Amino acid sequence: MGALFDHLIAVPILLPLLAGALMVIVDDRRRPFKIAVNLVSTLTLLIVAITLLMIAGGMTASGDPARTSVYLLGNWPAPFAITLVLDRLSALMLVLTSVLAVAALIFSLARWHRAGPHFHTLFQFLLVGINGAFLTGDLFNLFVFFEVMLAASYGLVLHGSGTARVRAGLHYIAINLSASLLFLIGVALIYGVTGTLNMADLAARVGDASAENRVILEAGAAILGIAFLVKSGMWPLGFWLPTAYTAAAAPVAAIFAIMSKVGVYVVLRLSLLVFGPEAGDSAGFGAHWILVGGMVTIGFGMIGVLASQGLSRIAGYSVLVSSGTLLAVIGYGTAPVISGALYYLVSSTLTISAFFLLIELVERARDAGADVLAVTMEAFGEDEAEDAEEEVGVTIPFTLAVLGASFAGIALLLAGLPPLSGFLAKFAMIHGMFNPTGLGDGLPIGAGTWVLVALLIVSGLAALIAMTRSGISIFWASIERTVPSVRVIEVLPVLGLLGLCLAMTLQGGAVIRYMDETAASLSEPAGYIESVLTAERVARAPSGTPDPAQGADEETEVAP
Amino acid sequence: MELILSIAIGTLTASGVWLLLRPRTFQVIIGLSLLSYAVNLFIFGMGRLRMDAAPILEGAGSDPANYADPVPQALVLTAIVIGFAMTALFLVVLLAARGLTGTDHVDGRER
Repeated sequence: MGALFDHLIAVPILLPLLAGALMVIVDDRRRPFKIAVNLVSTLTLLIVAITLLMIAGGMTASGDPARTSVYLLGNWPAPFAITLVLDRLSALMLVLTSVLAVAALIFSLARWHRAGPHFHTLFQFLLVGINGAFLTGDLFNLFVFFEVMLAASYGLVLHGSGTARVRAGLHYIAINLSASLLFLIGVALIYGVTGTLNMADLAARVGDASAENRVILEAGAAILGIAFLVKSGMWPLGFWLPTAYTAAAAPVAAIFAIMSKVGVYVVLRLSLLVFGPEAGDSAGFGAHWILVGGMVTIGFGMIGVLASQGLSRIAGYSVLVSSGTLLAVIGYGTAPVISGALYYLVSSTLTISAFFLLIELVERARDAGADVLAVTMEAFGEDEAEDAEEEVGVTIPFTLAVLGASFAGIALLLAGLPPLSGFLAKFAMIHGMFNPTGLGDGLPIGAGTWVLVALLIVSGLAALIAMTRSGISIFWASIERTVPSVRVIEVLPVLGLLGLCLAMTLQGGAVIRYMDETAASLSEPAGYIESVLTAERVARAPSGTPDPAQGADEETEVAP
Repeated sequence: MELILSIAIGTLTASGVWLLLRPRTFQVIIGLSLLSYAVNLFIFGMGRLRMDAAPILEGAGSDPANYADPVPQALVLTAIVIGFAMTALFLVVLLAARGLTGTDHVDGRER
């Protein structure tokens, strides 16, 4: 790997930051320019993320082994200052984020990006926050990137305006601000006890904490956990989620599908890293709570899916079911199950994102959806007349057939039925629970496992019932209705996301193998800790630029 | 000093939580502000309380025990900036909600 490749880790944060900053100063009326910048930045991010995935997974052409790369911002030694860490899990999440971003962006270009100001800027800043949260190696920068992500999301959830969005946005902002305060309290407690914010350093020190410090440390971790569980929508902390996601514009909801997974990601990372087997008395702290909370969330989401009247509420509650499944399985905690959970994470995020995009297309022909859109267009679409020529795109034939087929595909994915990846994901998780050490080892299976397996299967059944019911009333019931006018660039992202789910099924072996390796390395945090703490600083340049640490020393001496 | 600081944090938190649970948007935003003051003081307290100690080392070879912990101070500074920005943003949404729904109830309608 060349020196240039070492800097590639910072690109997923720096590129959208620069693109967003550039677009802030450009007038909103210069849309073609903004579209171009946004497209170039998002597509470049996808390429960079895939490259990073290949580096982290040891799949490069040069045959380097898989490794955990550490990037020292400012070149200070590891436990101090800011580190970015790239391992298999964060690389996977980066790719997933950029895939969703490309799909949501292309979809929004048909009409939604014109529904309000600064869409492209906020979109890029959202990517800064999400990518940063996946890459950062210390708790406080996690907070900073969380806030960047949330600030952009506050703007995006209001995109398109309207009473429903502002009302839902108000609740969303108030709840997330409170959660951020809990986040800070948790971080402060952990710092007060251990004296470090670096996750790897923290993981190395947890085992040595004295008994009275351990109580404070665990209290801090629990408060921190609540902040992430609010984000991922665990019952009873997730009542805000379906309303906010339902109210958001379609492309925004599609990218929001990854945001609840950011909470899940942090819970997964911290519970396995900090409270792994080396944490002494704290090992496995909180796992039981996450398991039970996750199972209750599946139950609550399931009831919500069955009780929903509209499609977007079904999608909102599907997010809860997906989060609940992931949390329960993380609480369960054995490596084979985590591997299945990661597969499920990718598959369900792609599905729900595609679902949010599809809903908008399907509901366009219905009265309720048309009303909301009309209000939005009235508020912001004053330039619609001059854009009339743009609006005349290729109206694809057999629109309803394509939409119906996509709908059926999403129903299969949500329900976890073969042949698509939703089935493989659930199969992998249940297989991991029943055969923790290999096929047919005949170990007894606990009552908790049976309950979890039953919940996984029944939640699929609930999704199937709800989707069938809605599908019949939308695609089969009324004959005398207008076919929604849908443009090709709106259908393509949906088909693309579903195509990826199909590809994940066809390439199931390779994907599961990657997930297995990821789960195995997560279960043995020693490698991660060692990579971060022994990360080497860049050697000082022979002349000219001094070492930053050295430079800082000189500065303090010179200062009066 | 420990007692005064803890009473201050406790009072701010209690008032903040009470206001946060009130039905008017203005009360909610004041509650959030008070809570963020409490949290900022709390972070500060986690660096241990020291009187008359500078957070910046002077020259090499000085004993770190004579100085205050600079990290919580840096954290508080960041948290203040972020909290300030978020409060400003929330104010805008609050005004938008007031304008669109015609009420300052958090649910956008009375009862």
